Amino acid sequence: MSSPEAVYLDHAATTPLLPAVLAAMTEQMGRVGNASSLHASGRTARRVAEQSRERLAEALGARPSEVLFTGGGTESDNLAVKGLFWARRDADSRRRRIVVSPAEHHAVLDSVEWLAKHDGADVTWLPVEPTGRVTPEALRAALGDGEDVALASVMWANNEIGTVSDIAALAEVTHAVDVLLHTDAVQAIGQVPVDFAASGVDALTMTGHKLGGPMGAGVLLLRREAECTPLLHGGGQERDVRSGTLDVAAIVGLQVATTAAVATREERADRLAALRDRLVAGVMAQVPDAQLNGAPLDDVIGGADPIGGPGRLPGNAHLSFPGAEGDALLMLLDARGVECSTGSACSAGVARPSHVLLAVGADPDRARSSLRFTLGHTSTDADVDALLAVIGPVVERARRAGMGRR
Amino acid sequence: MRVLAAMSGGVDSAVAAALAVDAGHDVTGVHLALSPDRQTLRSGARGCCSVEDAHDARRVADELGIPFYVWDLAERFTQAVVEDFVAEYAAGRTPNPCLRCNEKIKFSAVLDRAQALGFGAVVTGHHARLADGELRRSVDAAKDQSYVLAVLTADQLAGAVFPLGSMTKQRVREIAAERGFAVATKADSHDICFIPDGDTRGFLARRLGEQPGPVVDAATGATVGEHSGAYGFTVGQRRGLGVAVGDSRPRYVLGIEPVSRTVTIGTADLAGVGEVRTAPPTWTGPVPALPFRAEVQLRAHGTPVPCEVTAGEDGGLRLVLDSRQRGVAPGQSAVLYAPDARRGDLVLGQGTVLAADRAA
Repeated sequence: MSSPEAVYLDHAATTPLLPAVLAAMTEQMGRVGNASSLHASGRTARRVAEQSRERLAEALGARPSEVLFTGGGTESDNLAVKGLFWARRDADSRRRRIVVSPAEHHAVLDSVEWLAKHDGADVTWLPVEPTGRVTPEALRAALGDGEDVALASVMWANNEIGTVSDIAALAEVTHAVDVLLHTDAVQAIGQVPVDFAASGVDALTMTGHKLGGPMGAGVLLLRREAECTPLLHGGGQERDVRSGTLDVAAIVGLQVATTAAVATREERADRLAALRDRLVAGVMAQVPDAQLNGAPLDDVIGGADPIGGPGRLPGNAHLSFPGAEGDALLMLLDARGVECSTGSACSAGVARPSHVLLAVGADPDRARSSLRFTLGHTSTDADVDALLAVIGPVVERARRAGMGRR
Repeated sequence: MRVLAAMSGGVDSAVAAALAVDAGHDVTGVHLALSPDRQTLRSGARGCCSVEDAHDARRVADELGIPFYVWDLAERFTQAVVEDFVAEYAAGRTPNPCLRCNEKIKFSAVLDRAQALGFGAVVTGHHARLADGELRRSVDAAKDQSYVLAVLTADQLAGAVFPLGSMTKQRVREIAAERGFAVATKADSHDICFIPDGDTRGFLARRLGEQPGPVVDAATGATVGEHSGAYGFTVGQRRGLGVAVGDSRPRYVLGIEPVSRTVTIGTADLAGVGEVRTAPPTWTGPVPALPFRAEVQLRAHGTPVPCEVTAGEDGGLRLVLDSRQRGVAPGQSAVLYAPDARRGDLVLGQGTVLAADRAA
């Protein structure tokens, strides 16, 4: 149960709405108008939507026509993976291979697996380094001459362990063999420098609620020359690639949030990284055998801004506590008002060993004993203090309860 | 007290959790995921750990405003309950998996973990009365579940809370309806939770394969038929024997011999037993001095029969029944009660049936 006094350390799940977003959305929700209508009310709605599109494009280094509004990150991932696969294969029937990282979000993984099961796709799983990163060499080797590849997909920043990819280097590899690259940048935007044009990727997923916008509003940035077969057919509102009446209030909220997150990124990233470093150091001081998962805290990836930057999301601390179970830790912390996450759960809510940790070579016990703490724009020193005040006894108690399955 | 409410997604455990909240306890809800392969249970509405049941449990927890988690006990459950169930049938016995689940999962694995995490007790929706460490039958005789709880020890009972023992099932549904729980009208579960289609024989056939053997008439020693697996039979069973004997008198399964796969059948006069031998017993409270008089219930929903409880071999019990009983199957639990019409029959303990004899 989240309560006003809860210590919220789960910003990667969702982060509080920005007051400016609420104001912009409230204003828009008070107006009538379908952005597809030709009369004055419709024109007003369209003007707000298109203005939002332009400002979003500017914040993300894209052209306005490359911004496709969707219902969120999951829809954007599905549209990119399935739509690009279908379009490329239909243009050239040899192209039925998908090259993908095993540490992707389930919206990508399950789309790929669906295509493999139902639509004849062949899947090549990329090897990942212990940090979770895919190297350009590994990608090059997996692509071969690329002639049978429909698309490659590698996330910009991992939602669990926070590892940031060197996306520009990967895009260079795919382009050398004429393969399209999709990247899920849901966690990256507003955290690390993201410039669509400079990165070279062909399709990029983002969503609003991870950076202070509303839920249910996302974007697929799609390079103008990239052909993409629609998932949703209808009015053809978004370049004929995505249909559905535009949710103008959500779109303006998404835009205000994105513009603010990008504009304040550097200052916030520095602040959160310092806070995160203190969190990790504080936890390690009390639980000396805790293990940090993912890239080192001070990791950097190649190239200068706007392409280079931190190799780990500034607000991400992902730790394993040997001998304790993630479930038990989460429950004990929750009972003490500290909210965090264990990673993935199945539809029944059963904690599963994280596929991301398994992909980076962790054994199932280490995967099951992990917790993700993620900081965001409302995080304070007091939040970290509150965690550090309880983590020692909580880990001790969870260890006494043992690994529940044994 | 901080308590953990085991919430199956059914109406009983929902009301039990609600009553625990009303009683002023600090309640956390837990749904036990017991199937290793949830997908297969998604279509079976009565699977104990289907996605729908987890959802129903979560909805109630949210309405009560209590934290809710899912604990994955699939490995333990598979090993301690499902594999035990299969192995018992393979050995010619008739196990009770609900009893085994209470003994090994709910009041062992779950209770241990709850206590380690700082909870004082586990709350369940079982229909049985528990006060001052004394386990008694529910006021609702038709719904009484004391039989499958009789295996619990005093230590286990000290960590258990059964809020529903003093009310009828109808009252439970009324409370659920008054509180607006969507599960108020949800159907009762009758099946074995890991066999959602109710076809126990089919389940065992898939696990154990075809194991043909003879059906022998006890009176003549003659083979009167063939069966495809002795696990499809239970001692005392009358229907579905698949054999025709000369006369028209009904036949009952008298015994199952697993090695030769022989199923022995006989007429009613041979099916009654007067003496039951059990494995070493467990007691819900102080160990009583032998011999003593009690009532024994020899299967779930069976009728209790007065008996003399005496010492048997190897630490087990020898129960001398006042009247002969049919359908006393090895593997079932012989649960001993001290009759008490006012406060509810008191559960003394139980022993697993090893063998039954006509003698006495």
